[in-house]
Amino acid sequence: MRLPRWFHLLGSPPFVYGWAGRLAPWLGAIAIVLLVVGAYWGLAVAPPDRVQGEVYRIIFLHPQVAYVGMMAYVVMAVSAGIGFIWRIKLAHAVAVTAAPIGASFTACALATGAIWGRPTWGTFWQWSDPRIMFETLLLFLFLSYLALRAAFDDRDKADRVSAILAVVGVVNVPIIHYSVIWWNSLHQGPTVMKLDKPSMAPEMLWPFLIMVAAFTVCFYWLLLNGLRGQIVERERDTRWVKQLVEGRKA
Amino acid sequence: MEFLRMGGEAAYVWSAYGITLAVLLFNVWWARWTHRNALDRARAYSAETRATKKPTVRQVE
Repeated sequence: MRLPRWFHLLGSPPFVYGWAGRLAPWLGAIAIVLLVVGAYWGLAVAPPDRVQGEVYRIIFLHPQVAYVGMMAYVVMAVSAGIGFIWRIKLAHAVAVTAAPIGASFTACALATGAIWGRPTWGTFWQWSDPRIMFETLLLFLFLSYLALRAAFDDRDKADRVSAILAVVGVVNVPIIHYSVIWWNSLHQGPTVMKLDKPSMAPEMLWPFLIMVAAFTVCFYWLLLNGLRGQIVERERDTRWVKQLVEGRKA
Repeated sequence: MEFLRMGGEAAYVWSAYGITLAVLLFNVWWARWTHRNALDRARAYSAETRATKKPTVRQVE
């Protein structure tokens, strides 16, 4: 079987560097438009909630941010795994780029969750809530991945060892997703991501889904932008990077 | 004004939105900063390796 040419080019650093630079501005523009539309719709157009009043508007933010954090972990684990098995440097570069993005989004999900928990549950933090605990574990997995990498001087060794941690830790992602079904806790059950019809009114569901799309596009925009720096850092010894940096100087 | 008050829950709603915006802006800045840093280091490295490379043919002469 012959693979198409573009598939092989996905392993080529200069090709990916160039295309990431061309694609990123478009993703950025789409992300900003979706974020502005979704935030306006959610904050100003959607009606207040019958039970929670206005504070429910954090729902257009908190689940999306948490979901991007989990997606970032899956992207990191899958690319680290690919890099480990097939020894593809670019895959490791993707994993390293995804880690700080995922860590910051997970921290943001914990912060916005605490802010939302205070007026609705009466507490910022609940040690016995499984979803909060596994989400905290997700943050620590991101941080240990980055800390583990920092412990090695040799980048190849850091890539390989941290990949094992990333792949093993991925079991935490489905646990976070199913935690509200497996355990009874403060978090509500699935509202949108389930086989049944979403149990959310359409005038709230629309801005909710727009924000899901907005944060997803936003993540890939950030990933492509960060990946360019990683590629230059790793390809310093190659002729194309030398030509790139000297060309810019002139 | 009523919009900004958020039914008296402005502190919760706006701080959540503010934190998220700050995280997004931090990530945008981080990507730019690491990219620029990598380019600067690559430029320095390129200049350094070229300066130390001696033309071997001349040495023979």
